Amino acid sequence: MLEMRFAKKLWHFALELELEIGNQILVLWGQSGAGKTTVLHCLAGLRKPSSGQIRLNRRVLYSSNERINIPTRSRNVGYLFQDYALFPHMTVHQNVLYGLQNKRNKKNGENGKNGPVTDPMEMLHSFGVGHLVDRYPAQLSGGEKQRVALARALVVQPELLLLDEPFSALDRENKIKLRQELKKLHRQWQIPFVLVSHDEEDASFLGDVILTLEKGQSRAH
Amino acid sequence: MFFQLTDWFPVLLSLRVAIIAVFVVTCLGLPLSRLLARREFYGKDLVEAALTLPMVLPPSVIGYGLLMLIGKNGLLGRVLSELGISLIFTWWAAVLASTVVAFPLMYQSAKAAFKSVDENYEKAARTLGAGEWRIFFTITLPLAWPGIIAGLVLSFARALGEFGATLMVAGNIPGQTQTIPLAIYFAVDAGDNATAKTLVAIITVFSFAVIFWVNRWAKRRKY
Repeated sequence: MLEMRFAKKLWHFALELELEIGNQILVLWGQSGAGKTTVLHCLAGLRKPSSGQIRLNRRVLYSSNERINIPTRSRNVGYLFQDYALFPHMTVHQNVLYGLQNKRNKKNGENGKNGPVTDPMEMLHSFGVGHLVDRYPAQLSGGEKQRVALARALVVQPELLLLDEPFSALDRENKIKLRQELKKLHRQWQIPFVLVSHDEEDASFLGDVILTLEKGQSRAH
Repeated sequence: MFFQLTDWFPVLLSLRVAIIAVFVVTCLGLPLSRLLARREFYGKDLVEAALTLPMVLPPSVIGYGLLMLIGKNGLLGRVLSELGISLIFTWWAAVLASTVVAFPLMYQSAKAAFKSVDENYEKAARTLGAGEWRIFFTITLPLAWPGIIAGLVLSFARALGEFGATLMVAGNIPGQTQTIPLAIYFAVDAGDNATAKTLVAIITVFSFAVIFWVNRWAKRRKY
């Protein structure tokens, strides 16, 4: 369960959100500049809202009243960046292992097992990129990069997955394929997904809940 | 004989001074440049101008400034002399002079290198649970490495070649504070061309080899 009620002042408008979702896919839809990525940043703790509260399952991630702002590294939130942000100096295998070597995830069990797959190699194979483990990101195609980035984000067993424009760098064929895969992935993982898109078709295909952002005003439907 | 060197002391001293200076410059320059590369605060431009100043000032000005600092009546010199320490006209003064003039080169190169690292990599590492130290050593530093290497080479070369400020604060005491550049100058002055030629050859070949090797090594990247 993800509950967010917060406001974030941006330089040309104020963003306001009030929403609660279960283990569903929420699509944030809107023109560029409407503050979609800012919402993801606030959920991940990369930026701080101006006021309000964010709760994930039983944990308060942010609360202006209680002065709580859990740092990103402790939030247990997976993030798929628009440009994937795969570490260029590490192989696919090292990229996927990176999160598992952090203290938070070393003590296995603290996060519990949120998803169906915990083993990094099994994860890569399930995304069809198991044969690429020794490659560097520069040697991968756009679709391959995205699958590796998804595997890297999910292998640490996040309780929430954020996806920033996951289809923007893909051609139409790949996009349709990945859209279906994401839907399947969501059924397997049973955690909330929050996905940013400016494409209406993507939004209506994937979204259990669609939130339209327009200059800070939000409308759920 | 064409080449001739009776005293190897300047060569060894120059190496020692340059290595210690680069070590200090790295220890100070890396954290400072990392800090200032991504942070904005009031007066940052003033701090940056001050940190870069030794690069553009004439070495004699640096030397004069250091004399005011560590000289017998200098700010630091007085405190140190009460502790029974005198830096002036010792080879440690040469280290200090080399450090001050080499620092901006390291600082500028490292800052540009840190700035060039895409912030999204650091953000991604944070979402994967990494702490700030781990991010620095596993993401930021390796990705900024080529620029930092450039900074190391430049500051080493500058430290090795330091002449003006060194002469003013460390003097030219053979067997104590005489580095290669000083030895060359005074050998020429004394008409000892064989020694001058030899030292020039040593420093040229050595510098060439270092730059050549470092460039080769920095190119050897897998990604």
